[in-house]
Amino acid sequence: MNICVENLSFRYPNGVLALQGVSLEIASGEQVAIIGQNGAGKTTLVKHLNGLLQPTEGRVLIGDWDTRKYSVAKLAQRVGYVFQNPDEQLFTKTVAEEIAFGPRNLGYSKERLQTLVEDALQLTQLQAMRSANPYDLSPTWRKMVAIASILAMDTPILIFDEPTTGQDAASVGRLATIIAELKQRGKTVITITHDIDFCAENFGRVIVMGNGQVLLDGSAKEVLGQEAILAQTFVDPPQITRLGLRLGLTEVVCTPQEFLDVFETQCAA
Amino acid sequence: MPVVRLQQVTYYYPLTETPALQDINLEIEEGEFIAVIGPNGAGKSTLCYTLAGFIPHFYKGELQGTVEVDGRSTQDSNLSDWVLRVGLVFQNPFNQISGAKYTVFEEVAFGLENRGVPRNEMIQRVEEVLEMTGIADLAARSPYSLSGGQQQRVALASILVMQPKVLVLDEPTSQMDPIGTREVFGVIRKMAQKGMTVVMAEHKMEWIAQFADRVIALWEGKIFLEGKPQQVLTDERLAEKGFGVSRYTTTARLALSRGLWQAERPLPVTLEEAVSGFAAIRNGQSKGKP
Repeated sequence: MNICVENLSFRYPNGVLALQGVSLEIASGEQVAIIGQNGAGKTTLVKHLNGLLQPTEGRVLIGDWDTRKYSVAKLAQRVGYVFQNPDEQLFTKTVAEEIAFGPRNLGYSKERLQTLVEDALQLTQLQAMRSANPYDLSPTWRKMVAIASILAMDTPILIFDEPTTGQDAASVGRLATIIAELKQRGKTVITITHDIDFCAENFGRVIVMGNGQVLLDGSAKEVLGQEAILAQTFVDPPQITRLGLRLGLTEVVCTPQEFLDVFETQCAA
Repeated sequence: MPVVRLQQVTYYYPLTETPALQDINLEIEEGEFIAVIGPNGAGKSTLCYTLAGFIPHFYKGELQGTVEVDGRSTQDSNLSDWVLRVGLVFQNPFNQISGAKYTVFEEVAFGLENRGVPRNEMIQRVEEVLEMTGIADLAARSPYSLSGGQQQRVALASILVMQPKVLVLDEPTSQMDPIGTREVFGVIRKMAQKGMTVVMAEHKMEWIAQFADRVIALWEGKIFLEGKPQQVLTDERLAEKGFGVSRYTTTARLALSRGLWQAERPLPVTLEEAVSGFAAIRNGQSKGKP
């Protein structure tokens, strides 16, 4: 299911123009990271994809659905959205109930519901915590509950708003595994992140936003080496990319392995 | 004389049987910048709450040992006096912002109002701190209309304005863009140089290496490692135990096994250290050629 954003502008009621003429297409099954400084319009943009916000100008198509003509509840069949702050979306007494809430409201059969909940518990490694109250879990695991409750909705498109915030190394590793699995399953994943290293290691396509506009849009290698443009939106290239740039490597590198391979070849040359 | 002194501190949250902190002994000098690292659940936030007096006064539970700041212990003080000694910037700004104020300016003034600071002084202090934290342009906005990173700056400003002796920060830049992070670390470093004592729980190793005087690594409620940033952050036991490790360190460790890092050179935590290490390898190899 393709996403098509056409000349989208959005003005908040207080007058702040948060998006100005944004156009982009995201094909079915793409893994896209959106980066950019605080206030660049990242969250405002993705809130248009499930109808939480409606365009001031332009339009957004999710498949053949124009978001202006469909309710948020209806769009939830196509787009799952994991909030930045899990506490804004969790409300039931147990982890398993929380995860079942979304898919149940989409009207799935009992059998499918059960399969989806088990699958989500397993992907997020929450099986042992299924009967716990989400608010008794640490923020790290609460975030996993929020993610699981969206995974279980089995939507073709998933949005993660800063999933790495406040997560430790183990948890960021879990996230990377989930995103890789979603890719395998052909899901579209759109992730807002400030963790540029996480972005470099897990996403094929990177969209850079600044001042409500798209500054760069391309493959991780095309985008992440562009130090000057990234600086406009207060982003540094990933650590490994910066290391490569500083050492004058002729190729943009995104992971330690890539760096060492290119470095070794260029030393020998 | 140390400004913060923890002796044999052990703490249990209510209704729990495993201590969240165990046998913590810690002395911190005035103006020192301490970074606290550890996987989630290691006790970083609990240590922050203990220093800030939220433990035992708000969270209750069982606190053993003594927590002293400036010669007074938390157990013998009440929270409204303690906030003048120790200010805490919460991990999640949503939880810190009062909800009682319509603008960022008023939000930042909230603590001063409650301490009865004269109006003129209050306005001046708020203006200074908004400038310092880079949010002067947001003064008239509602705290709830801001992005996560902007809210974190408001949370920081509303504690800095109180001018506490000890500033405790629980992952204060987790939702900030990299340049915001750099600015905030810069502000905090400046406060430390002016004599404010800083304790910061943080995951961002590269920043810690550049700004902190000392690193404390917590693991299952205990101090697992303690020392200079370079020494602690490159300790090979960190990765095994689920601590975050700088990509520069990871890359150099990998390079070492491929003969691309000099064995006698310490592993890097920062970009500069990595650049000079790899440059040395390249120069060495080109010299070695016929």
